[in-house]
Amino acid sequence: MLINQFLLLAAVLFAIGVYGVLVRRNGVLVLMSIELILNAVNINLVAFGAQHAGASGQVFALFVIAVAAAEVGVGLAIVLLIYRNRRSIDLDQLDEMKG
Amino acid sequence: MNALLAADVPFAVPANIAFGIGAAFMVFSAIKVVTTKNVVHAALYLVLVLAGVGLNYLLLQAEFVAITQFLVYIGAIVVLFLFGIMLTRAPLGISDDLDNHKARPAGILTAIIVLTVTAGSLISSFGDDKVAFRASNSVAEISDSIFSTYLIPFEVVSVMLLAALIGAIVLARKD
Repeated sequence: MLINQFLLLAAVLFAIGVYGVLVRRNGVLVLMSIELILNAVNINLVAFGAQHAGASGQVFALFVIAVAAAEVGVGLAIVLLIYRNRRSIDLDQLDEMKG
Repeated sequence: MNALLAADVPFAVPANIAFGIGAAFMVFSAIKVVTTKNVVHAALYLVLVLAGVGLNYLLLQAEFVAITQFLVYIGAIVVLFLFGIMLTRAPLGISDDLDNHKARPAGILTAIIVLTVTAGSLISSFGDDKVAFRASNSVAEISDSIFSTYLIPFEVVSVMLLAALIGAIVLARKD
């Protein structure tokens, strides 16, 4: 079991998540891609944690899971609010900030 | 390849087989999450990716994190996503306007650059290092660590969860 096999798998997942965030237009799908990125980071934390004595890596992974849960809750509330105001969650149409 | 198959721990060969199958499923499902034209299918493929991540935690002997992953992600977050899909009346069948087609080349290029840079630096810094399995996998030690060394971050996380709860209610209620 090499440490790199876990880290490279996490890198692949991270890159796929970055692609999803850049290309997807639907707000819910962008949040799903962010979940991919957070999970890739979590694999890294647990893999590096296995190299050291103690439980720090796993504790940090648990914290990241908690933060991700909060992020999804607030993110979906924001997406719902956008849908209620505009009848669409197409992120390309949210361009009022464009000069 | 030889380094991958070398039996450093007694369970190395079955663990590597499980890792290979899991990794293939995860990469396939992750690509489907970001490319499928059906929103509900994207959420269901996300379940496969999250289960694969849980499998990786098990292979790294982090049982508690794996169980938390299954409970929190597959049990709660995916259901939240499905709620979001239903409440925003997303097109349930196949639809073509989920992607920004103009951004696709830039997205692919960015993903390849990110992957090349991270994979190159990982291979050059860790090479054939083996997983040491030095970390404790006992729940007792994890909880000791949370409630002593990381007590203040733990309290901050609980306050943050409360703030997120109230924030989500305030944002989403109708009045």
